[in-house]
Amino acid sequence: MSAYLDYNATAPLRPEAAEIMTRLLAETGNGSSVHGAGRRARAHVETAREQVAGALGAAPAGVVFTSGGTEANNLAIKGAGRKRLLVSAIEHPSVLEAAPGAEIIPADGDGVVDLAALEALLAGHDAPALVSIMLANNETGVVQPVAAAAEIARRHGALLHTDAVQAAGKLPVDMVWLGADMMTVSSHKLGGPQGVGALIVRDGVGLEPQIRGGGQERGHRAGTENVPGIAAFGAALDAACTSMACYDAVEELRDDMELRIGAAAPEAVFFGARAERLPNTLCFGVRGLPSETQVISLDLAGVMVSAGSACSSGKVEPSHVLAAMGAPDDLAQSSIRVSLGWDSTEDDVQAFVSAWSELHGRTRAAAAQASAA
Amino acid sequence: MNQRQRIYLDNQATTPTDPRVVEAMLPYFSGKFGNPHSDSHAFGAEASGAVEAARAQVAGLIGALPREIFFTSGATESNNIAIKGLASGRRNTRRHVVTCVTEHLCVLNSVLELDDQGFDVTYLPVDAEGMIDLDELRAAVTGDTLLVSVMAVQNEVGVIQPMAEIGAICRAAGACLHTDAAQAAGKIPLDVGEMNIDLLSISGHKLYGPMGVGALYKREDSGVRVAPIFSGGGQEQGVRPGTVPAPLAVGIGAACAIAAEEMAGEANRLRLLRDGLLRRITEAVPGIKLNGHGENRIAGNLNISVEGLPADAMMAAMPDIAVSSGSACSSAESESSHVLRSLGLTDEQAEGSLRIGLGRFTTAEETKIAGDRLIEAITQLRKRGAANSVAAE
Repeated sequence: MSAYLDYNATAPLRPEAAEIMTRLLAETGNGSSVHGAGRRARAHVETAREQVAGALGAAPAGVVFTSGGTEANNLAIKGAGRKRLLVSAIEHPSVLEAAPGAEIIPADGDGVVDLAALEALLAGHDAPALVSIMLANNETGVVQPVAAAAEIARRHGALLHTDAVQAAGKLPVDMVWLGADMMTVSSHKLGGPQGVGALIVRDGVGLEPQIRGGGQERGHRAGTENVPGIAAFGAALDAACTSMACYDAVEELRDDMELRIGAAAPEAVFFGARAERLPNTLCFGVRGLPSETQVISLDLAGVMVSAGSACSSGKVEPSHVLAAMGAPDDLAQSSIRVSLGWDSTEDDVQAFVSAWSELHGRTRAAAAQASAA
Repeated sequence: MNQRQRIYLDNQATTPTDPRVVEAMLPYFSGKFGNPHSDSHAFGAEASGAVEAARAQVAGLIGALPREIFFTSGATESNNIAIKGLASGRRNTRRHVVTCVTEHLCVLNSVLELDDQGFDVTYLPVDAEGMIDLDELRAAVTGDTLLVSVMAVQNEVGVIQPMAEIGAICRAAGACLHTDAAQAAGKIPLDVGEMNIDLLSISGHKLYGPMGVGALYKREDSGVRVAPIFSGGGQEQGVRPGTVPAPLAVGIGAACAIAAEEMAGEANRLRLLRDGLLRRITEAVPGIKLNGHGENRIAGNLNISVEGLPADAMMAAMPDIAVSSGSACSSAESESSHVLRSLGLTDEQAEGSLRIGLGRFTTAEETKIAGDRLIEAITQLRKRGAANSVAAE
């Protein structure tokens, strides 16, 4: 019996996505071909484009399919052609690394990006800028004030990009309401297949392609479209939005988990707990209990969680997100992320809480013994 | 009225995903869905193991080491990384690039970007059969040449370039050789060691694997440095960041393993079918011209110009037979093929050309029906054309 609680790293394929994916893997057609097989492939891509646009309050013509969130973030940041870049301190590495010379917008102790700092940074210069602030953080789940940031950006003639990879499918997301100029979404974080994502671009925002070739995706992104993957992405996002009410129950599970961990370990620090968070994410640390030890012991007990984000799992450096929130290194290096999914159950939470409490109890007993000796 | 069976003969645009490949992929969609980079837990480790096994399968097809294979979203991305990445990644002063006029648009447009950055670019011509001239290549490559990019198999006319000879010339001059092998991988034997290939691009969906995945081979050599196009979490040794899609990697791996196993026998089967088809057409109707070299071409490719008839009229006359005019990505454009014009075809000949791509799942029966339908279409259209011109007089 295993409990998978690492949905922010990747999620299982939703049945709706699996169905169309399996069906289309048995069909053949290049979406650019003019014959019947090509036109059928094209129709699947266009249906998905409408599903993605509809789910996110965008226009279908603004949806550019990519190979995933990383590519979409790179396309937004490198493709917008703005010399001045402002990114928040808690962005995903694909944003931070794509903007090596960017000015950093700090976050506060709750993990919320500091809008006064954004305002001050923008007020100082005239150069047209691009601001990138994620909609919800992948490690803490903290939801960012993107609509307000977009308002500030607009006042200063800056473009706003938001990485909505973790938010899409878990929260209602509306491009128009947010006022974002560009938005990134990833398929596999919301129950679609890996290898697909999209950059949504507001009408009128110019974009320089990063992959050149045939004129696919209206010249924004060359390469034969991944027809089954794109169709399954559309189906998954559609299903996620239709069933979003299930996150009320997920949130209850998360809150229950937080209470129970807090009861077992009063010294635990819950990151972002005072801010608005994604309903599925819990990130906390207990000094003296290294992240790797927790992840490995939990894995032995059949419970899968992560230390920080998946792409940095291999590294031992403390999380830049927790550091930006002012967490000291020893606490950051003793933190884990538990992320639930739409189909997580009370049993999953029970498995996690039991395994974790046992580890915590053992560690405390060993520490007490050591100090007694 | 004969039976209107749908027949797919556009295997250079995309191939069906082999059911054995789908079978291999399916477990990674359902039970084994971990993020291959979350390898500190069981699901992640399982996905990571599958990705590494797939990497070895891809490497095996072209005689590379597994660690020389980087997964990408497809050959277009691989070609972009190879060309633009080499130009911005290598610590040297070479500022000259050689490519060929019949390359795929993603190679030509990537090279164009280097041109804009101030690189000198030499575009090698091809002869009437689509072959490059090795002496011209030898003359073009100098001590300043950073990169030579020549596709192993041309996507419209199927012509095979002599990669081993090209590799020897590049090696002697110290230039890197990149080849777009999207159409070649799994169709003809490729060995990056023997052929002195430094960078090679593969596409999943052109060799009976899934869409949305490709691979870049990069020789493990200090002289072959490639800067990434995308920045991110450091996956694929930093060459290509982003979560590696485990099911797609498994798919391209399985496709490469199957191709390595079956390539030789399959090529013989397709060659017989294709040659039989061409013979039937040329015997039944006059004015058929084969485009591209008669021998140096992959077994599944036929490209013909039909005198006096535009391709779109022929395709419209047999809507149940999926063939193409030119390459898929330029299908929607009205311009005639840059490739066929490079072979010296007139605009009229280029516009009257059909690419017929036979593949692994093409049967003898289908080939025969398609031949009949094409002959019928040509005969009817010509009859109608003649009647119209009589009426006009």
